[in-house]
Amino acid sequence: MQAKVKARGTQPLVVTANRLRDGRVVWLGGGGIWSERVGDAAIFDGAGVAAGLSAAAQAEAEQIVVAPYEVEVTLKPGGPEPLRMRERVRVVGPSVLAPSVLAAGMLAEAAE
Amino acid sequence: MDGLDRTAPQVTAGIYKYDAYDRQFLRDRVAEFRGQVDRRLAGALSEDEFKPLRLMNGLYLQLHAYMLRCAVPYGVLSSDQMRQFAVVARRFDRGYGHFTTRQNIQFNWIKLEEAADAIATLADADLHAIQTSGNCIRNVTTDEYAGAAFDESVDPRVYAEILRQWSTLHPEFSFLPRKFKIAITGAARDRAAIQLHDIGLAARRDASGAVSFEVWVGGGMGRTPILAYRIRERLPEAETIAYLEAILRVYNALGGRENIHKARIKILVRDVGQARFTELVEQEYARLPRERYRLEPEVVAAIQAHFAPPPFAVLPQADAALAAACDGDAEFAAWVGRNTHPHKVAGYISAVISLKPIGGIPGDCSAAQMDAIADLADRYAFGEVRVSHVQNLVLAHVRKDELYALWQALRPLGLATGNVGLLSDIIACPGLDYCALANARAIPVAQLIAERFADLHRQHDIGSVYINISGCINACAHHHVGHIGILGVDRKGEEYYQITLGGSATNDARIGDIVGPSFAYDQVTDAVETILRSYLAIRQAGELFIDTYRRTGLAPFKEALYATA
Repeated sequence: MQAKVKARGTQPLVVTANRLRDGRVVWLGGGGIWSERVGDAAIFDGAGVAAGLSAAAQAEAEQIVVAPYEVEVTLKPGGPEPLRMRERVRVVGPSVLAPSVLAAGMLAEAAE
Repeated sequence: MDGLDRTAPQVTAGIYKYDAYDRQFLRDRVAEFRGQVDRRLAGALSEDEFKPLRLMNGLYLQLHAYMLRCAVPYGVLSSDQMRQFAVVARRFDRGYGHFTTRQNIQFNWIKLEEAADAIATLADADLHAIQTSGNCIRNVTTDEYAGAAFDESVDPRVYAEILRQWSTLHPEFSFLPRKFKIAITGAARDRAAIQLHDIGLAARRDASGAVSFEVWVGGGMGRTPILAYRIRERLPEAETIAYLEAILRVYNALGGRENIHKARIKILVRDVGQARFTELVEQEYARLPRERYRLEPEVVAAIQAHFAPPPFAVLPQADAALAAACDGDAEFAAWVGRNTHPHKVAGYISAVISLKPIGGIPGDCSAAQMDAIADLADRYAFGEVRVSHVQNLVLAHVRKDELYALWQALRPLGLATGNVGLLSDIIACPGLDYCALANARAIPVAQLIAERFADLHRQHDIGSVYINISGCINACAHHHVGHIGILGVDRKGEEYYQITLGGSATNDARIGDIVGPSFAYDQVTDAVETILRSYLAIRQAGELFIDTYRRTGLAPFKEALYATA
């Protein structure tokens, strides 16, 4: 959460989008495969991302994804980690507990 | 309505009832949307072509999935409609929904390929998502205690429904420069934030019984917060539609369309000046065929009939029963002190179901809770539920001698938190956890603050204070008018939070003052505690937080926040 965005052009990049049919976050992997896991994302350098965006545009034209774009990442042992908070949230999902979980906890508490 | 568990009472509280024409309209609309989705999935529509169509049906693409925003007209629901939300939550979402500050509900995990089925399911219960997005007239909001409040002179639901019918698919106002929000109140105390809306209406009744409206225009929050000004002090009921037509026509003709940030009516009013804007509206009004727009008493009476009072009982012993229950249970008494509102009918009271459990997500409600609330509404409140603009639910008409039983039923559901108006009754937008527009998370900030002040005794000592947290400048959580407003901002990809103090959304509406430089995510809770400790140290007898702030201004709070910086 403390990583800072550096000047563009110096960071590794991945390509992301939302899947058209269900809106889920997807990442462009090798061979043009879209994965829900950022760990599967293909890593591009600054110039190489054009090829990734081109593949993404093709996927958009084929009704596979919506609004693809590139994301700056740092490479960690567990896989690429986006620099911006917005993209980190897209990787892990909402950072909040679902109310059904909370309610279940309260119901259990009340039963005790 | 097929498939619904029909346990609703024979006589319900006032709810506008669809007729065959309304229902056929919704079915046709669902069929139209289904065809649009099919064409999008098949590639016959591009995203650029499809986006305005899905938005007209309340379907957004958010960070993790599509979000469906369903309208709750002026925040009023039948118990069957609440149950239908539970059906949608279970069948098409992840088992919950999120009630919003526009008295609507949002489902955060909708799939495009199932969106038409979700909307069809809503239509089965006379619900829809029309005009919950786009540059049109949005859901008209009002007082959550409408038709029940002790201080009400005019039932605003009647006029909110008239405005809903007038504005739905209005051919001239479906493509305005920007979205357009109307709020209406009929009580002495403004609980609808009318000065923060594009148009705000305050209904009044004179000694003869005639209804008129104070008309406010040009208010709004967002990037440029501005309070509305009063353009008419006494607009006769019959002229309401014609006059609103005139305002909308002037805005539609002259409002900016080049820059999205300068397109709301507040910017037009600011730029041309209040006097000139008033002149333009009056000129337009004078040339309108006003008879065509005349709101006839018969029309008002026909709508009024939908909101006739439920069959209230005569309850001479109810006050004594409630007092006895309070005497016997201090926790219940504390809940009554915070979570109820005086009713206009003797023996009855309005009960607020807090959707702000300590550590919970403000406004979220699980499907199981929705079903349970619907059952309780049938049992205790004539089968009707309200959504408040502070993201709680209200059972408007509860017998005082049954309030204890209601509270006991709410407790095991996690719905009996007695914190209405207290610090943990936080208004928060979905923020960066869900929203594609957000810069920063709002929900976890609310959770951290609520957990820091989890002790309700401490909250009672602090007294009434409203904290509003928005994840971006669009201000969906109304941070500008929070007593303590928190705005998420993006600084080089990281979350920071700007704090404002002294805002108010009611009769004494005021935009809060920015305290100074923003705080990092992990500093916000400490900053709020510092503000409240400062208040406790300097408050005078009987002062609430907002009173102290108005007496002292920003200085002592600013000093405490930044002294060690």
